[in-house]
Amino acid sequence: MLAPAKISKPQNFSTSLIKRKLEPYGFISPTVLLLLLLMVIPVFLVIRYSFMDNVIVNQNPLFVGLENYRTMIADERFIIAVKNTAFFTIVSVIAHLIIGLSFATLLNSELLSKTTRTIYRMIYILPWLFTVAIIAILWRMILNPLGVLNYIIMSLGISQNQTEWLSSESTALLAVTFINIWAGYPFYMISLLAGLQGIPKDLHEAALVDGATGLQKFWNVTLPHLKPLIISMSILDLIWTSQQFALIWMTTGGGPLTSTEMLGTYTYKLAFSQYEFSQASTSAVFLFLISMGLALVYNRTQRAREQ
Amino acid sequence: MTVGSARKRRIHKSGVLIVISLGAIFAGFPVFWMFVNSFKPNSEIFAFPPKIISPNFTLDAYFEIFNNPEKVRFFINSYIVAICVTLLTLLIALQTAYAFSRYRFRGKGLVNMVIITLQSVPPITLMIPYFSLVVTLKLYNTYQGLILTHMVFTLPYAVIMLTGYLNTLPRELDEAVKIDGGSALTALWRILVPISIPGIVSVGIYTFMISWNEFLFALTLTKTQEMRTVPIGIQLLMGQHSYEWNQMMSMSILGSIPVLALFLLFQRYFLGGLTSGAVKA
Repeated sequence: MLAPAKISKPQNFSTSLIKRKLEPYGFISPTVLLLLLLMVIPVFLVIRYSFMDNVIVNQNPLFVGLENYRTMIADERFIIAVKNTAFFTIVSVIAHLIIGLSFATLLNSELLSKTTRTIYRMIYILPWLFTVAIIAILWRMILNPLGVLNYIIMSLGISQNQTEWLSSESTALLAVTFINIWAGYPFYMISLLAGLQGIPKDLHEAALVDGATGLQKFWNVTLPHLKPLIISMSILDLIWTSQQFALIWMTTGGGPLTSTEMLGTYTYKLAFSQYEFSQASTSAVFLFLISMGLALVYNRTQRAREQ
Repeated sequence: MTVGSARKRRIHKSGVLIVISLGAIFAGFPVFWMFVNSFKPNSEIFAFPPKIISPNFTLDAYFEIFNNPEKVRFFINSYIVAICVTLLTLLIALQTAYAFSRYRFRGKGLVNMVIITLQSVPPITLMIPYFSLVVTLKLYNTYQGLILTHMVFTLPYAVIMLTGYLNTLPRELDEAVKIDGGSALTALWRILVPISIPGIVSVGIYTFMISWNEFLFALTLTKTQEMRTVPIGIQLLMGQHSYEWNQMMSMSILGSIPVLALFLLFQRYFLGGLTSGAVKA
């Protein structure tokens, strides 16, 4: 096997050098081609659409400058969608963090046996193993006016009304936010649990020797250690949650009226119920810019961590 | 340890147990409720007071799905799409990750940055151009259309994770293959892939999950009943006049089995891969 390599001529050597130079491009080309065709080009297309009058429907669309953006900002429904998305996203991220951290701390408790912890970890991860479509249907059943949640509330004597959680304007936004909180905390929990287990034991022991209480230990040892992880997960969660579409679409569809309208459902409706593709592209670009802004912040924090 | 502190410890332990059990109700009850309701006749879903196990316990909701070829088709579609996406993603991503891990080349930094950034592009932003693009490419309402669009989101993730994994393997391994006259591809597939199985499995499972769960593209890029996947199929059970709640629950259970099974079988790889991803990504 060694022989051919030894007698290779200089000419062969130079062709193999070129081959070696080109080789990585060969390896990355399928990924690059696919992402170019289905990611980069579509992004440019959607940006272009947002400057035209109605594309797809219109054969020869005209360039209209910022007209679509002006229409969007003047649209009351858009403003409501922005507000709802902000509420939904910020409340979800904060709750995910608090619940994820509490559950991770519980699952890391040394007071419980390893088996107990494993069983509870399994239960706590459950919401994460179901797809959004299933989660939406499941909670529609639980939150139904005749559903089990109202039964529990009524039998505990908290309220005597059969609340229509998802179909009354006053509770729908809270209800979808709650569902999203339930569905999303395990991701934090798993990561934070790994983070907790990575804290060196002697740090805690040192704090104990210094006479720190449990709470002091948490503030001064645990939280600083988890901070980088918490920051990067929160930014990722902000990106994902602000893009949420399927959960809203399958629980309330943005309603009743506009009470749970979000940027995702707003954009989808403009495109596929009203066929206003240019106007839809405009709000799609808006959502894209928010995500890119957050992604930029994320990359910064990651680079800062690596240094 | 004194008697007092032992007692204190016991009280603490019961406190932790109570709190952790309350948390488990929050996390687990909805799933438990889905499970028990899949064994009830539809008329008893909203019985008042609700029953955990109905005296009319029935497997009808499951038979209704198995006996209906249209509904079985949702599952077949989901399996075809998710398995193809997983295999193709791994095949392509491994080669790309190999180039990122083992070569220095012009444009590497740029491509790498683009791949990382593309992960944050909202699917809904791509939706509108896809609609015309997929029609132009004659991929509307086809498996290929779904597979390719799902891969837009699985590939970047897989490339990043696998590059990280390959970076941990010593370069001497593939250098040895090349000294023996083997090509880079031999080094990748014969030497590196077999020892990267844990990493590949965790990336594979996650890829499968993304594709199995995908909703938006499946909703807009397919049209006919026989091309629909499970997430859309569940939505289709919400009829115009009546909701087949028990069937929606049995379909949810059946639709979750692949992910639950993968999770149980490969729990260690799975959690390891996810958390290292969250820390590194």
